[in-house]
Amino acid sequence: MDLNYTQDEVAFRDEVRAFLKDKLPKELSDKIAANKMLTKEDYDLWHARLNDQGYLAGAWPKEFGGAEWTAVQKHIFEEECARAHAPRIVPFGVAMLAPVLQAFGSKEQQDYYLPRILSGEDWWCQGYSEPGAGSDLASLKTKAVREGDHYIVNGQKTWTTLGQYANKIFCLVRTSSEGKPQEGISFLLIDMDTPGIEVRPIILIDGVHEVNEVWFTDVKVPVENLVGEENKGWTYAKYLLTHERTGIAGVGFSQEGLQSLKRVARQEMQNGRPLIEDPLFAARLARIEIDLMAMATTNLRVVAAADAGKAPGAESSMLKVKGSIIRQQINDLARRAIGPWAQPFVSEQLSDNLFHPGPDYAAKATNVYLNNRKISIYGGSNEVQRGIITKAILGL
Amino acid sequence: MDFNHTEERRMLADSLRRSLERGADWAALAELGVLGALFTEDEGGFGGHGFDIAVVFEELGRAGSAEPVLEAGLAGGLLADAGRADLVEEIIGGGLKVTLAHFEPGLRYDSGPITTSANEGHLSGRKSFVTQAEGSDRLLVSALKDGEVELFLVDTAAEGVTLHTTPALMGGTISEVTLDRVAGEAVGNAHTLQQRLAAATLAVCADALGAMDVARDMTLDYLRTRKQFGVPIGKFQALQHRMADVAIEIEMARSAVINAAGHLDAAGPTRDRHISAAKNLIGRTARLVAEEAVQMHGGIAMTEEYALAPVTRRLIAADHRFGDEDWHLARFMRLEA
Repeated sequence: MDLNYTQDEVAFRDEVRAFLKDKLPKELSDKIAANKMLTKEDYDLWHARLNDQGYLAGAWPKEFGGAEWTAVQKHIFEEECARAHAPRIVPFGVAMLAPVLQAFGSKEQQDYYLPRILSGEDWWCQGYSEPGAGSDLASLKTKAVREGDHYIVNGQKTWTTLGQYANKIFCLVRTSSEGKPQEGISFLLIDMDTPGIEVRPIILIDGVHEVNEVWFTDVKVPVENLVGEENKGWTYAKYLLTHERTGIAGVGFSQEGLQSLKRVARQEMQNGRPLIEDPLFAARLARIEIDLMAMATTNLRVVAAADAGKAPGAESSMLKVKGSIIRQQINDLARRAIGPWAQPFVSEQLSDNLFHPGPDYAAKATNVYLNNRKISIYGGSNEVQRGIITKAILGL
Repeated sequence: MDFNHTEERRMLADSLRRSLERGADWAALAELGVLGALFTEDEGGFGGHGFDIAVVFEELGRAGSAEPVLEAGLAGGLLADAGRADLVEEIIGGGLKVTLAHFEPGLRYDSGPITTSANEGHLSGRKSFVTQAEGSDRLLVSALKDGEVELFLVDTAAEGVTLHTTPALMGGTISEVTLDRVAGEAVGNAHTLQQRLAAATLAVCADALGAMDVARDMTLDYLRTRKQFGVPIGKFQALQHRMADVAIEIEMARSAVINAAGHLDAAGPTRDRHISAAKNLIGRTARLVAEEAVQMHGGIAMTEEYALAPVTRRLIAADHRFGDEDWHLARFMRLEA
């Protein structure tokens, strides 16, 4: 048992820190710290800086130009980025599509798409969920019918994150209705410029435009855009979902959130004393910090096991459930901390004027609380994750 | 022992619910007697007791109303205490909209000490969290005069009054108000402020209770109709049991509102102990109901377009008005002795 990073890992961490200190523009980290929405240009700029450093493909295998980071290195990178208020890497191309192409794509697809993901030429979004297929993703209905050299795609996808910026979408589509629902699904790459595609914004409860509906009407997709084999798409999608996901617990975000919560609780006054000295609030804060310390170690245990060659399966589900709850509890405390300043509700799409009348630290706390209710819903809701734990770990 | 509302209150609640469903505006609410129900007969109304407030605000919360009824009761109550029957009559008739401008930045949930001052009838200072000031005719402003908290009426449009207004999490609007040597009409002292704030806190509790019923019913509908894995998701026991817990907690909240309403007219410490008990429990339950409703719905409840969104925000907002869960817990503990 040794709770410390190895010398090499510490050296890697220092290298990442130095990079962030040097290359992360203050305007960007200020925006993240203030929970402001980033523009496409912001994302593009950070994407390019990470790519120049070789960090974008850090987790990719060497044969595809990656650095083949260990799970611990990935964890360190994510933790340091969260701590420094760096933008998250938009995961759809780099972390979601790329591993699928590397494992199941044709040589042509790998040669064409992977460099474009790194260069930022392509911005990918994800076409999985449908209005009728959420937790039960395999019941999806968007249809692709083969006609000569093309598939004709009809249907609707939803919750397409940042789809408004994307020029490509990878989709799960139904190519057969025979057998089990999982057996008739294919994995298709689609150009967003193709006639018949319409993107409609969905405004969320905190008033931001972050997700979209994507509608397909007789969209012609060349057959060479099929990944792997027809009707094997579910296997590829599952590979993506069970592909080692160290970031799923969001420990870095929680640690950063706890620090910023403490800063607020030191400034906010209650009965002439800082809120952080209020016994009730201090106890709430302490409990969540205790949970987070255990969560960080739970996360590292799974990360270390991954490096020892034990691919995490259902353990990811444990990390997701507990990690999302802790993160949401921190968001909840941040909302409580600002007290009556939670009452003015200023949001991007619902207000004419974005000025919040309270202290700067109060401007987004309620919005973040509301917005992050999503993290126990998306990517397989916590109910779905508990179902996986019940079956795969507990054998019930 | 009788846990039924009187016939009059039941009728008021029923007709209020129906008119709110038809989109009743301010004039319609006044005509229905909703504003009169907030005041006692002595004050010129026909209600004014805890259960009058509870039935009215439960319906307003259920409907998600953004009409300034709470404001009318709070400011109007203080005006009644100051002997201004003329103004109370106007308020009850719907012809005068007044909102209390009392809280100040930096006080968090405490109601004092305030710093806005009155010099020869002219008010200067900053007031925070003034709900529904936009659209009001007058502000009822508290200010220090010779070391005492006094109340003054100010025209909302008067020179020297600046409103910075944003949408409010609970619905309606909320304003920061700056007063720069504004002419105010003295109406009397603020000795009954705590009693009137207790009634307003009860109103927020009842409002949240109405919103909880809506969140529960919408979630139940969704559990019955949303199909995944070939069955309505309400068939999954994991969700059934959570829904059962939500239903249990809402009944506890209903009882807490009854306790508070039944003690609104009690002596100060007894009243406040019951109000704090209710507000603490409502704060906890409103959050549970909001979070469970969203989680059991899934993604759809994250969208602004779905009708649960304002209900969720209203439930969360309830804890930020007139003291949160912890503020009331601390007060309850102090009053225990």
